[in-house]
Amino acid sequence: MTALKRLNSREEFLQLALACKEALDREKCKILVCGGTGCVAGGSLQIFDRLQALLQEKGLNVEVELAHEPHGDVVGMKKSGCHGFCEMGPLVRIEPQGWLYTKVKLEDCEEIVEKTVIRGENIERLAYHQNGEVYRRQEEIPFYKKQTRVVLEHCGHINATSILDYLGIGGYKALEKALFEMSPDEIIKEVSDSNLRGRGGGGFPAGRKWASCARQKETPRYIVCNGDEGDPGAFMDRSIMEGDPHRLLEGMIIAGLAIGSSEGYIYVRAEYPLAVDRLRIAIAQAEELGLLGDDILGTGKSFHMHINRGAGAFVCGEGSALTASIEGKRGMPRVKPPRTVEHGLFDKPTNLNNVETYANVPMIISRGAAWYKGIGPENSPGTKAFALTGTIQNTGLIEVPMGTTLREVIFDIGGGMRGGTNFKAVQIGGPSGGCLTSKDLDIPMDFDSLKKVGAMIGSGGLVVMDDKTCMVEVARFFMNFTQNESCGKCVPCREGTKRMLEILERIVAGQGRDGDIELLLELADTISNTALCGLGKTAPSRISGMNMKLTSTTNDVRQGLAAS
Amino acid sequence: MNREFDFGVVDEILDRYPKEELSTIAILQDIQEHYHYLPKEVFPHVAKAIGVGEARLYGVATFYENFSLEPKGKYVLRCCDGTACHVRGSLPILDSLRAELGLSESKKTTDDLAFTVETVSCLGACGLAPAMTVNGEVHPAMTPDKALALLAQLREELAKEGGDQT
Repeated sequence: MTALKRLNSREEFLQLALACKEALDREKCKILVCGGTGCVAGGSLQIFDRLQALLQEKGLNVEVELAHEPHGDVVGMKKSGCHGFCEMGPLVRIEPQGWLYTKVKLEDCEEIVEKTVIRGENIERLAYHQNGEVYRRQEEIPFYKKQTRVVLEHCGHINATSILDYLGIGGYKALEKALFEMSPDEIIKEVSDSNLRGRGGGGFPAGRKWASCARQKETPRYIVCNGDEGDPGAFMDRSIMEGDPHRLLEGMIIAGLAIGSSEGYIYVRAEYPLAVDRLRIAIAQAEELGLLGDDILGTGKSFHMHINRGAGAFVCGEGSALTASIEGKRGMPRVKPPRTVEHGLFDKPTNLNNVETYANVPMIISRGAAWYKGIGPENSPGTKAFALTGTIQNTGLIEVPMGTTLREVIFDIGGGMRGGTNFKAVQIGGPSGGCLTSKDLDIPMDFDSLKKVGAMIGSGGLVVMDDKTCMVEVARFFMNFTQNESCGKCVPCREGTKRMLEILERIVAGQGRDGDIELLLELADTISNTALCGLGKTAPSRISGMNMKLTSTTNDVRQGLAAS
Repeated sequence: MNREFDFGVVDEILDRYPKEELSTIAILQDIQEHYHYLPKEVFPHVAKAIGVGEARLYGVATFYENFSLEPKGKYVLRCCDGTACHVRGSLPILDSLRAELGLSESKKTTDDLAFTVETVSCLGACGLAPAMTVNGEVHPAMTPDKALALLAQLREELAKEGGDQT
C-alpha cells in the first residue's frame, strides 16, 4: 500500500477526498469480489487472485489500490465487504453495469475477463435465475429490489480495506462537518432530532443517551462500541465491521466529539477474526491520515481507538459485563443503577452503543435529521439490518425500512420456504426475543409494534422455521443456550434456567408429566422478575409468551405429553 | 511435569501489552494462540507480571469459553450450533464426527492429540448453514457425509506429515 500522507487541515482533507473521487471515476470497469466471511469460505479469495492474474496477463491496467495519479483507463479490482446474498456466493459484482454474478467458480474467471471485462458482455449463465427469469442487474433481483440499503450502502460496493475508496465515495465528510461546523450540542441535537434508537435490541434513543453522558461531570469519558454480536443467527454487525469498517470508526469519532471523549473501545467477539483484521487495518489507515489520534485535521481534538477481542461469553453483550471484560475481568453484569453512562468503563461515564447504531450516525450528520426521519415510521425511523436465515430460500443480510412486515421480508425478499415446506414460525431477536407465527406476518417490524406482541427486534436475527421444526425442541435449544451462557452470578438465572431446561428435555424425550407446563410458567415468571441482567430476565420469554401460545395451536407440547 | 518450562515465549507476549489487569484477556489469548491451550505453568508467571492474584487470573481463564486449560488437538473442528445451523441440521454433523473419533461432550480431544471436536454458539456464517470450522477456516453447507470426508482428508494430511518426518 502506498504511504498515506498526514492531513493537517480541512483543505488538505477536501483535496484528498476529491482526488479519491476522481480516481474512482477513472476506473472504467470495476470488479468487486465479495470478501465477507461467507464468500471467503466459498473460495472468493482464490477467485480474486485468479481474476487479477488473468487481467494482468491480458495486459490490462489493473488497479488494486486506488492511485492518486491518472494513468489511463483502469480496471479496478476490489475485495469488497458482504453483498448480503450469502446463499448465492461467491458473488462478483461488475460495475458500471451493476451486474451480479452468483456462485462463481475458479473456472469461470477466464470467461469473466474475456467476455465481460474486455468485450462488455453479460454472462447469462452466472446471472441470478428465479422461476425461469434471468436477473442480470443486482438491483433487479427480488432479493435486493425490496430492500433499502443505507447503512449497508457501501457493503459490497467498495474496497473494504482502503480508506481512499471510502474517502472517494464521501467518507469522513460527516466527521469533517462535525469538526468544523458543529458544536458538541449541535451534534447531539441532530442525533436526538433524528430519533435514532439503539440498534442493539432495546431501542433506547441514542440522542438521549449521548446527552446524558455528556452531562456527567466526571472525566475522562469513554466511547464504547458493542460488537459482541452473540445472538445466534445474527451477523449484521459482523458484515458492517468487515465491509465498511471506516463507517463505524467515523460514527464513533463523531460520538466522541459530541460527548467530550477522546478514547474509544470496540469490543468484538472472538468468532469474528476477519472483522478484527479489517478494523485494525482501518484504524491504522485513519491514524496515518490524521483522522484518528492526536490533533485530528489540525483541530487540536484527539480520539484514540482500541480493539478488544472477546473470548467467548454471550453475557458480555450486556453493558456492564462488556465493560468488565474490557477491564480484564470476568464478564459478569452488575446491579443497575448506576447506569453505564454514569459509571461504566473504568468506573467513568461511558457511552455504549452497538455497531449498527454508530454506523447510522455519519449519514444523520451529513444528510440531516429531517432526511433520516423520512425513512420508516415516525417513532422508529430509519432502517434495520436483518440476518435472514433458517429454512428459507434466500438466506443473507438484508436492510429494510423499519415497519416493513414480516411477510414482505420472508416471502418477497427471502423467497419463501425451501423445498416446498410451509412456514411455521420465525425466531426474532435471538435468545431474548420470541417466536412469531403466520398470524403475526403482517405486523410491522419496529420497536414498539413488536413489543406489543411480546417479541423484540433484538439485534436483528431472523431465523425462519418450517413445519418440520418442533417448537418445543426449539425452546429446549434456546434454554440450553441460555443455561450454557449463564454467568452464574445470580441464583434465578443459574438455577432456574437449569430446572426449566430439565423439564423441557423431559418433554422433548416424550416423558412430560402433568403440571410441567404450569411449573414452567411459574419458573418463567420468577426468573424474569428476579434475574440480574437481560440474559436471565428474557431467558424464559419464549416459554411464557410466544411458544406457549404457539405450541397450544400446533400441539407440539401435547404430543410430547401424550407420548409419555 | 519435571521439565523446565520455557518462559521465553510468554515474556515476549507480556512485552506487547501494558503490564496491568486490563491486558489480562489479550495476554491469555496470545498465549493460547501459541500453545493452543493455557499451560498451568504460565499462571503464576503472568499473574506476577501484571500484578493480579493467581486466583483472579484463573477465574478469568475459566470464565471464558475460548480458553482451554487442556491441550487441544492439532486440528480443532468446531461445529456451529447457532440457531440457523441448528434448524438446518447441525446436530447430525456433530454426532457423526464424535462417533467417528470416539469423542463425546465431555471428551473433546482424541488421545493422540490429533483432533478436537467442539461446538460454537454461532460463527456468524448463518447464510451458509450448517457451517463448521477447521482451525478457524470456515467450511460452508455441511452434511454428515461431507464432514466425514473432510475428516478423512485431514487424516491423510496427518499421515503424510508423519511419513515426512520419519
